[in-house]
Amino acid sequence: MSGLLIRNAYVIDPLAGIRGEIMDIAILDGKIAEGAGSGCEVIDAQGCLTLPGGIDSHSHVSGTKVNFGRYMSPEDMRAGRTSRRGVMHVTSGYSVPTTFGNSYRYSAMGYTTVLEGAMAPLEARHTHEEFTATPHQDMMANTLFDGNWSVMEAVRDKDLRRTAAVVAWTLAAVKGFAIKLTNPGGTEAWGWGEDLHSIHQQVPNFGVTPAEIIGTMIRANELLDLPHSVHLHCNNLGVPGNYQTTLETIDLAPDLNSRRQSLYLTHVQFHSYGGTTWRDICSKSEDIARAVNNRPQVAIDMGQIMFGRTTTMTADGPMEWRLYMLHHNKWSNHDVELETGSGIIPVYYSRKSLVNCVMWAIGLELALLVKDPWQCMLATDNPNGAPFVKYPEIIALLMSRKFRDKEGEKIDPRTGHYVPLFSLDRELDWYEIAVMTRAAQAKALGITRIGKGTLTPGSEADVAIYPLDPADLDPAIDFEQVMAGFARTRYTIKRGRVVARDGEVIVEGANSTVWTRANVPPDMDLSADREFVKKFEQYYTVRMRNYPVQDVYLPRGVRIDTEVSP
Amino acid sequence: MRVEDVVCTFCGCLCDDLVIETDGKKIVGVENGCTLANEKFMGDHRLKSPIRREGDRWSEVSLNDAIREAAEILLDADRPLLYGWSGTHGEAQSVGVHLAEILGGVIDNTSTVCHGPSIMAIQEVGHPGCTLGQVKNRADVVLYWGANPIEAHPRHLSRYTTYADGFFVKNSFRERKLVVVDVRETESAALADEFVRIEPGGDYAVLSALRAIVRGRGEVITGPVAGVSREQLVRVADLCMKAKFGAIFFGLGLTMSPGKNKNIRNAIELTEELNRHTKFTISPMRGHWNVYGSNEVFCWITGYPYAVDFARGIAFYNPGETTSVDILRREECDACLVVASDPGAHFPRACAEHLARIPTIQIDPHVNATTHLCRLQIPVAVTGIDAEGTAYRMDGVPIRTRKLFDGDHPSDTEILERIYAIVKEAKGA
Repeated sequence: MSGLLIRNAYVIDPLAGIRGEIMDIAILDGKIAEGAGSGCEVIDAQGCLTLPGGIDSHSHVSGTKVNFGRYMSPEDMRAGRTSRRGVMHVTSGYSVPTTFGNSYRYSAMGYTTVLEGAMAPLEARHTHEEFTATPHQDMMANTLFDGNWSVMEAVRDKDLRRTAAVVAWTLAAVKGFAIKLTNPGGTEAWGWGEDLHSIHQQVPNFGVTPAEIIGTMIRANELLDLPHSVHLHCNNLGVPGNYQTTLETIDLAPDLNSRRQSLYLTHVQFHSYGGTTWRDICSKSEDIARAVNNRPQVAIDMGQIMFGRTTTMTADGPMEWRLYMLHHNKWSNHDVELETGSGIIPVYYSRKSLVNCVMWAIGLELALLVKDPWQCMLATDNPNGAPFVKYPEIIALLMSRKFRDKEGEKIDPRTGHYVPLFSLDRELDWYEIAVMTRAAQAKALGITRIGKGTLTPGSEADVAIYPLDPADLDPAIDFEQVMAGFARTRYTIKRGRVVARDGEVIVEGANSTVWTRANVPPDMDLSADREFVKKFEQYYTVRMRNYPVQDVYLPRGVRIDTEVSP
Repeated sequence: MRVEDVVCTFCGCLCDDLVIETDGKKIVGVENGCTLANEKFMGDHRLKSPIRREGDRWSEVSLNDAIREAAEILLDADRPLLYGWSGTHGEAQSVGVHLAEILGGVIDNTSTVCHGPSIMAIQEVGHPGCTLGQVKNRADVVLYWGANPIEAHPRHLSRYTTYADGFFVKNSFRERKLVVVDVRETESAALADEFVRIEPGGDYAVLSALRAIVRGRGEVITGPVAGVSREQLVRVADLCMKAKFGAIFFGLGLTMSPGKNKNIRNAIELTEELNRHTKFTISPMRGHWNVYGSNEVFCWITGYPYAVDFARGIAFYNPGETTSVDILRREECDACLVVASDPGAHFPRACAEHLARIPTIQIDPHVNATTHLCRLQIPVAVTGIDAEGTAYRMDGVPIRTRKLFDGDHPSDTEILERIYAIVKEAKGA
């Protein structure tokens, strides 16, 4: 493979401690290198902002419920379509684009790695099929354990090793990346049309509480030494007053890992509500941010909402039902035997809805109030809060108080009574944005070990060059340019190849799927555990032998091996 | 050789517990299969080599020539239709979609004549469903509406409902109530705790009556509805509302009877209504083993589950316009590629006649009714016997089918990839 030299780049590489220097970056054989060799291709970055490829640490782009979002929403498919052009396939969809649509749009924004936020193990094969059709991003899948019967039984028996064993067997079987808990215990209760309202309420028939599931899974995660921490969608999503649940949950997190957080809380905006009803809902971002600031063992992502139309989709089935009872448009639900649930409804976030305005403010407040950008990642829970194409606008809002005030004038005038947003002066800088959109994700996901999130020699050559000149731009004022610049890279480079130029994808993709295998000692190997096998054969509707995802579904799989901690 | 946990590639149940005995390239025994499965695995009516119609005679052609001719027919067409797909694996479906895309043609699957109306209803009101294991482990009330599983999905009852013991339903046969709604007393109806016999065309009215009762407005029903007595309606509604977990399964008796998609919408809205009282789910009884897979594959590539028209460059979907029957009926398409289905047996006569007039190519392992309409047929391996690939069960659970031995024929994927390569080259893409 020939080399590539990027000259004259304004580099911010937080993991390498580079906070903005004009330098050259050499690429050889898909990796960042000391030199690119003679006769290599040269790109003159002309002082433009150059960052490691973007990493999304929580996005719903592939799998059963995402595809059902497409299936049930021809109106959304019509709302964003492009024809076949060069190497680019036809795309459809605005909030739930087709796989190629997701891939091209992420590429245009400089994103090269995406974590699918929720994969039901039983339907993992589907997620992997869509990963293969999302060719320009390396993909990985959060694997759902929130209503897993074997996990709940092991937790009830206070058997940490067995809990970890179930996780290890499942991750290896379904080629999953990390542990995801979505409304732990609540998705099992939803099997009966119920939900849980507190982390100390027992799951019907299983004799465990969400707090016990979360606490045990955090320890099981560390026992297996998984790259990422437990990735948690808290209980009570979207319920006024739920910030108490979130604070209680944060209190459960021990500090067990020096390299990263021990608990990742996702789309925290949806979990930071005060008040008691939709009439008096208010922001509790200050309380949540304070808790995060005091606990280095916790990391969060924003779950920002943006005004406009989108589709909500989550494994949190009972939440989608509640949302449907508010919106009354259309509702899909899909419970997955022995494992989890899911639901989908389309929504419209309106500037004229006070509730929506409060939600909008909370996401921004979290990013502005969490002091350390390494602890708060930029995400919309795509597409739940907004489609990911809104990230550039969010970046601009975080970098410019002027822009926030301007937007504030367009929303429900009562909003200011319920949120602190308009009293916050903080304006994030380029470095902080670089942290919140790639470096923090690489650290939080534990994928720096495979060369993600940095431009140091030996790393994966995933690079984004934006048409933004930090020497010349004041993001506090020039927010329009910031937005436009982050929406379309000049170059997106994936594993050493230029894949997108000025928003156009120019080559066929060849992504990787990253997964985790925790190597366990024989006493933790469930593949021959009689009770586990018997229950599997009795209660699943798929034979145990037909359950694991075959290697053929990961044409370019990258396996991270871990060992059980002694 | 004995192969266990074999996936049956016949109906949407996608049973994966068959035991197959093979002897070289021949299947000599099937265990755990229903009669349909036995015929699928044991039947041997394969076409041996590609055939081409010349006048009123067939002649054998080489595979290379057949592939070349198929590609040329498609390239020469102004409005090619690529139809079928439900009887092959997802990987082949995926190549098919890209072939339609590059040709600027229409791609459609068998949903167009089965659960297309269900999909249209789901696009209006959504779909509260679940995987089949949820029903097996939890349901205490199951309804089959316009479906006759004993004949069409013979193991549905034993694997997922009436005869399937589950975690919370230890003795399913006793603890699980079965309601069958149909216009005639089918074999499935004979098993029911409650058989609701409705007059043909009365589904919508009966669903509306049940919804009214569930909403607490039963007083609006004063007499029988479509032949169903008020007492029975109230009894069934009551049974549903008192269920801990109820599941409705519906078949073509509901989707293809008068009302069509509006019937399904009504049934979904009844399910939604019941969820205000308890837990209820609804699921279509998908026919072909991988028809749901074709919906899935079409969706992630094009955004739409069936009837996708690439003529404008973008993916365009409008059932009633871009659906195969309508395109053929309007005599609009000038070439057709049929893959893994049998429109000759299932389409209206006028459509079949048009298929016979235009160059129709069939990729299928067997001689079927469509053979008699087509100009060229290329035999392929049977997925689940001598080819493998992904299938989606009626509830969306993806399962990899197994290849039992290396057969004499290439797979659908291989043939389609070769056609695609020729087309791609000709288009300079």
